[in-house]
Amino acid sequence: MKLSFRLNGKAIALECEPADTLAEVLRNTLNLNGTKVSCEVQVCGACTVLVEGVPVSACTYLAYEARDKNVTTIEGLEKSDGTLHPLQQAFIDEFAFQCGYCTPGMIMSAKALLDENPKPTRDEIIHHMDGNICRCTGYVPIVAAIERAAEAIAKESKK
Amino acid sequence: MSAEKKTDFQVVNHSLPRRDGRVKVTGKAQYVADLKLIGMAYAKVLRSPYAHAKILSIDKSRAEAHPGVHCVVTGFDLDGINPYYGHAVKDHPLLAIDKVRYAGESVAAVVAVDERTAFEALELIEVKYEELKAIFTPQEAAAKDAPLLHQRQFEAGALRGFEGDVTAGKGSNICQSHKIQWGDVDKAFKEAAAVIEGEYYFPMTYAYAMEPYVAIADVNYQEVTIYSSAQHPFMVRHDLKSVFNLPVSSVRLIVPFVGGGYGSKSYTKIEPLVAACSWKAKRPVKLQLTVEEAMLTTRSDDAYTWMRTAVDANGKIIARQAKIMMNTGAYAENSPLVVEKSTNRCVGPYAIANVLIENSSYYTNTVPASSYRGFGCAQVTLPGESQIDELAAKIGKDPYEFRLANAAKPGEEFFPGMRPFDGTLKEDLETAAKAVGWGKPLEKNHGRTVAVSGSDAGAYPLTSTAIRVHADGSVTIMTGSTELGQGSHTVLPQIAAEELGVPFEKVRVVSSDTAITPYDRSTGASRTTTLMGSAVLEASRDAIQQMVVMAADVLKVKPEQIQAVRGGVRCGEAQLSWSEVICKFYALPDGEVIGRAYIRKSGKFSALPVFWEAAATGCEISVDEETGKISMEKLATVGDVGLAINPALAEGQDIGAATMGMGIGLFEELIYEGSQLVNGSILDYRLPRFSDLPKQVELHLVQNQDGVGPYGAKGGGEASLNSMAANIANAVDQAVGVRIRQAPLTPERVWRALKEKKA
Repeated sequence: MKLSFRLNGKAIALECEPADTLAEVLRNTLNLNGTKVSCEVQVCGACTVLVEGVPVSACTYLAYEARDKNVTTIEGLEKSDGTLHPLQQAFIDEFAFQCGYCTPGMIMSAKALLDENPKPTRDEIIHHMDGNICRCTGYVPIVAAIERAAEAIAKESKK
Repeated sequence: MSAEKKTDFQVVNHSLPRRDGRVKVTGKAQYVADLKLIGMAYAKVLRSPYAHAKILSIDKSRAEAHPGVHCVVTGFDLDGINPYYGHAVKDHPLLAIDKVRYAGESVAAVVAVDERTAFEALELIEVKYEELKAIFTPQEAAAKDAPLLHQRQFEAGALRGFEGDVTAGKGSNICQSHKIQWGDVDKAFKEAAAVIEGEYYFPMTYAYAMEPYVAIADVNYQEVTIYSSAQHPFMVRHDLKSVFNLPVSSVRLIVPFVGGGYGSKSYTKIEPLVAACSWKAKRPVKLQLTVEEAMLTTRSDDAYTWMRTAVDANGKIIARQAKIMMNTGAYAENSPLVVEKSTNRCVGPYAIANVLIENSSYYTNTVPASSYRGFGCAQVTLPGESQIDELAAKIGKDPYEFRLANAAKPGEEFFPGMRPFDGTLKEDLETAAKAVGWGKPLEKNHGRTVAVSGSDAGAYPLTSTAIRVHADGSVTIMTGSTELGQGSHTVLPQIAAEELGVPFEKVRVVSSDTAITPYDRSTGASRTTTLMGSAVLEASRDAIQQMVVMAADVLKVKPEQIQAVRGGVRCGEAQLSWSEVICKFYALPDGEVIGRAYIRKSGKFSALPVFWEAAATGCEISVDEETGKISMEKLATVGDVGLAINPALAEGQDIGAATMGMGIGLFEELIYEGSQLVNGSILDYRLPRFSDLPKQVELHLVQNQDGVGPYGAKGGGEASLNSMAANIANAVDQAVGVRIRQAPLTPERVWRALKEKKA
């Protein structure tokens, strides 16, 4: 079947199977490997991408459901001049990852939060991020990174 | 003590940002799951529904006729290779041969054009089984009428990691036995002022590396190339060379970024199977396990421990005795070493005059157990540190003071035949106690505890490296250490930059390609900073020495007249950077100098363990008496790391380890009901999440430069896990007065214990 949608701001048209998940289309058809797959049952959050700004688990989200919609993946966050998104920079500055396998999904979930709620409390961060698992960091630096990114975004918008 | 105590560090001991930061936050970091080879096919595995059964026949004709299927491989198709592997005990067939030994064991593999086709063809394979009596616990395995899981004789693998023989294959279900003994335990217990005795259970746990096991094999007529998520590529190479009977040089393991390991990716896992698939299919083959399959591949050893500990009238610990039965599952994997280590780790970090520890692991019809972060230490620290608190209570001492009084002291030879203790437990404990507010009033139903562990690190000193200094002054480190997230790609360049005086940004790491990078035994047991770090330091100095001689050559003076300075050399008024030395030496602006180092069990590395991995943890918890639910109010980690090459990374390892330990203390446990693992999915296996974050966290490092590693560094990253379950059990006792001798302390277990106490 034919499928078209907007991926990181660009129009995409491709052929896919009805049973293909969005993760399969991104990784296998489009060779965009930034979106990681782990549990495949919507528990771990590693495959999180944004569809119309809403976080979804690409491992179980059927690709055709994204038709004509705006899809954002980790590859869409870096600016063309190489500037990182404040969340990406904050994850580096706070050592908020180790193996890095959960990181793209973690950053995409956090982006959905900050887009909706630019000044989240610690409890709001914890509540929103509870669907993303990290086995390396103990979450402490991730919370710090999201708080730091929120501050950076607030500063930037004041300029 | 360390030979050199340098303090004016330029690069080392600074929390520089991770070298792999940008690629990991942009999704560009490549893991094996992301790789594709031209002409690559995909494999899927058929697994046994039975825990113990004879394989009578396998009919694969319908599966092989399925469109898109290249071939189906079974245990009957392995003539021409040596299908059994295992670095300690060669007991593991790459696919079940003649019988299956656990539910979930690999029985056949389909190789097809894509994963979906391979998956569809699995159900076209017809296997006829004859079920056999199965055993699931060490107690069942030790029974007289127990079926024997392995009938074959085994030779001990040369790379098993310990000096004794292996016990496996000697006519019982014992996989490995180990015993340590000194003093007179019976006499000491008779003379004791107080004794605590108890039975404990530490559960099977699953590491959940978020990247499940994955490998791509390309086997042609004389060479084997494998891309794998393995932690120890050189150990896997050793197994593969034996499976295919090839020279070492014909087997190449390549490991890109690894998506978490925690011990679960140490040693050989799916690589022989994928290689056999490629050998049969005559093309590259990728096998990517699901998380559910990964849970059927490796777990930690669960342990049943009986332990008693005695003190004299002065509050000195005078004796400890334990009998441990561990459950290693269907195959030995690395459990023989886990047995040795858990035996040793019953003692530390206390100086005890009379010790007797007897430990055996048993083969059972369950998922094979192997390395898991902490390596047998957490299993015995739950009993050990629980008894320390219980003893303190019994003799009316503060458990923190009691620990201080008995902990091994710096330089003390508290374990006969081993390296004297190289940590400072007093400072570790003081720091942890202060962090959790020791001595301050506690609210109702709150408990506050500290605990310690000291492990004889399993890091075996066999490591080599090459450092290439290029003509522009930039540097490439060739290392066999794998980047699992622990930060080797950051820490090793920091050491090279410190030594060579070149900017950190100009040092690159090439890692874990056995055809290119020099030999490193493994990436585990917290060894990389200490051993590979030492190799990088020595190789950097070797390169400097060579460049001093080169500088003498180009300046036409004697080498003695050349003085190495930061980033180059000086000779009288003349000063040359490394780049200038190399360019002048070759008379072209290109070329390189290669420094190298070989680390072996010799010199400062001759005493084992190479270091004692020590840490203290502290916590404050609260217990909801209605539900039995435990909340983590405060958590403190104190890593006794000698010197942190990168403090932020060292602290990150500690909080990561402590969180895993907290998971085991609170809810992590693989559960068998009969022959089946009943919570073998991430839907059912409870992991720590954001909402489990302790309300307050403090991370501390103790840095006395007392290790044998670079600048006095020692390993870290496991120790904060080891004492967490005991800490939680002790804190629950303090909070609500119930002693639970089993992890995890689930709400149900706490609630039942409270109910029993009231009744």
